[in-house]
Amino acid sequence: MSISTRLNALWEYANPRKFLATTERVLPVLWLLTAVTLVGGLVWGFFFTPDDYRQGSTVKIIYIHVPSAFLATSAWFMMLITSLVWLIRRHHVSALASRAAAPIGAVMTLIALVTGAIWGQPMWGTWWEWDPRLTSFLVLFLFYLGYMALWEAIEDPDTAADLTSVLCLVGSVFAVLSRYAVYFWNQGLHQGASVLRAGAVAGTDTTEKVSNVYAYPLLLSMAGFFLLFVALVFYRTGTEIRARRIKALLARERVNG
Amino acid sequence: MIALLKRDLVLALRAGGGFGLGLAFFLIVTVLVPFSVGPQSSLLGTIAPGVLWLGALLACLLSLDRLLALDWEDGTLDLLATAPLPLESVVTIKALAHWLTTGLPLVLAAPVLGVLLNLPGPGFLWMVISLALGTPALSVIGTFGAALTVGLKRGGLLLSLLVLPLYVPTLIYGAEVARRGAEGMTVATPLMMLAGISAAVIALLPFASAAVLRVNLR
Amino acid sequence: MIPDLGKYAGTVLSAYGTSIVLLVALVALSIRRGRKVRAEMEQVEQRMSRNG
Repeated sequence: MSISTRLNALWEYANPRKFLATTERVLPVLWLLTAVTLVGGLVWGFFFTPDDYRQGSTVKIIYIHVPSAFLATSAWFMMLITSLVWLIRRHHVSALASRAAAPIGAVMTLIALVTGAIWGQPMWGTWWEWDPRLTSFLVLFLFYLGYMALWEAIEDPDTAADLTSVLCLVGSVFAVLSRYAVYFWNQGLHQGASVLRAGAVAGTDTTEKVSNVYAYPLLLSMAGFFLLFVALVFYRTGTEIRARRIKALLARERVNG
Repeated sequence: MIALLKRDLVLALRAGGGFGLGLAFFLIVTVLVPFSVGPQSSLLGTIAPGVLWLGALLACLLSLDRLLALDWEDGTLDLLATAPLPLESVVTIKALAHWLTTGLPLVLAAPVLGVLLNLPGPGFLWMVISLALGTPALSVIGTFGAALTVGLKRGGLLLSLLVLPLYVPTLIYGAEVARRGAEGMTVATPLMMLAGISAAVIALLPFASAAVLRVNLR
Repeated sequence: MIPDLGKYAGTVLSAYGTSIVLLVALVALSIRRGRKVRAEMEQVEQRMSRNG
C-alpha cells in the first residue's frame, strides 16, 4: 500500500459515521488494555519498587507525576494538530476531537501540578515554588481553561470550531514563548527530563538517570496513561458527534415543523 | 486608513472611555498597593517596577471589551469588512487607536506613579522604555482577544481569561527590564526579547485577528 | 498489604489518592455525559422517524 492510499484510508475516519462505527468496535478492547496497563503500572510502581535512598518512598509519586505531565503537553500538541486539520480540511470529527481532548489535558495538567506540589512539600520544603517548569504548567493550565471556556461560550458549532482552532494555534506559539520567558525569569529547582532521554534509556548517560528498577514500571504506567487518553478521546469525540447530531436534527425539526 | 484612525480617536475622546478610565484605574491600583503591603519605602521601591507593570497591564485589559463591541453593535464592523480596506489593516488601526488612547497615557503616567511607589532613580528611564516597547504588544494581543469574543453577550470575563495567559511573555520581559533597570543592572537581554516579542506580535497577530473577525462576521 | 512507606506515607498516599480521584471523576463524568447524549439522540431520532 502506498503512502497516499494509506493517508486516504486515514481520512475515511473523518466521516463521523465511520468514526463512530470504528470506535464502537475498538473501544471495549481499548478500555480493557487501559485498565490492565494502568493498574499494572501503578500497582507495580506502588507495591513492588524499592524506596530511593534520598527521596524515600516519595519516589513512588513519579509513576503518576511523569505520565500525567507527559500527557498534559501531548494533549495540547494533539489539539494543535487536530485544529490545523479542521482549519485546512474542514473535517468535523477533527474539531470535535480537539474539543474532547481539552478537558483531559486540563485534568492531566492539574494532576501533574498537584502531585508535584505534594512531592515538593517534603523534598523541597515547600508546596509551591515559582520554578520554571511548575510555572509553565500553571500557564498551560490557564490556556486549557481559556480554550474550554471559548468552546462553551459560542453557540454556532462551526464558528466555535474555527475560533477555538485559531486560539489553539496562537496559544501554542504563546505557550512556547512563555516557556522560554519563564526559564529566563527564574532558573529552577526542577530536575531536567530524565525519562525519555536517549542516553538515559541506553544507560550511557548517568546524570540523574532513572534506574531500571524504576524505569520499567514507569514506562508501563506511561503506556497506561497514554491508552487512557486515547480511549477517553475516542469516547468523548463520539459523545460530541452525537451531541452535534442532536443539534442538527432539532434544527431540521424546527425548520420543518 | 487615517480617517478610520481619526474617527476611532474622536469617538474614544468623546465617550471618555479609554483615556480617563484606564488612567484612573492605573492610579487607583498604584495607590492601593501601599495600603495592602505597608508603607515601608524600601519594600515599595523593590516591588515598584512589577506593580507598575501589572497596573498598566490591567488598565489595558479594562478597555478591551469596548474595543470592537461598539462597532459590532451598530454595524460599523460589517461595513468595514466590505470596505476596500483589508480587515488586517482595520484591526491594526483599531489596535493603534487603543494604544494611543490607553497605552500611551499609561506610559506617560508611569513615572509620576513611580514617585508614589518610591521607584529608585535609574528605574524611571527603563520603566518608561519598557512600557513604551511592551504596551503596543498588549494592545495588539488584546485586539485579538476582542476579535475572538466580539459576538458574545458576556464576553468581558471570557476576554480576560483568554488574553491574560497571552500576556505572560510580554509581562515577564517587560517587568524584568524595569526591575533590572531599577537595580542598576544591565538590561540588554530582556530588552531585546521584549522588543522582539513586540515586533513579532505586531507583525503577525493582526492576521489572526482579521481571520477570527471574518469568522465572527460570517 | 500496603508497603512500608516510612515517614512519607501521608505524602505518597495523598498524591495517589487525589490523582486517582481526579482520574475517576474525569472518566465518570465523560461516561455520564456520553450516556445522556446517546439516550437523547435515540429519543430525537425516534421522534423524527415517527413524524416523518
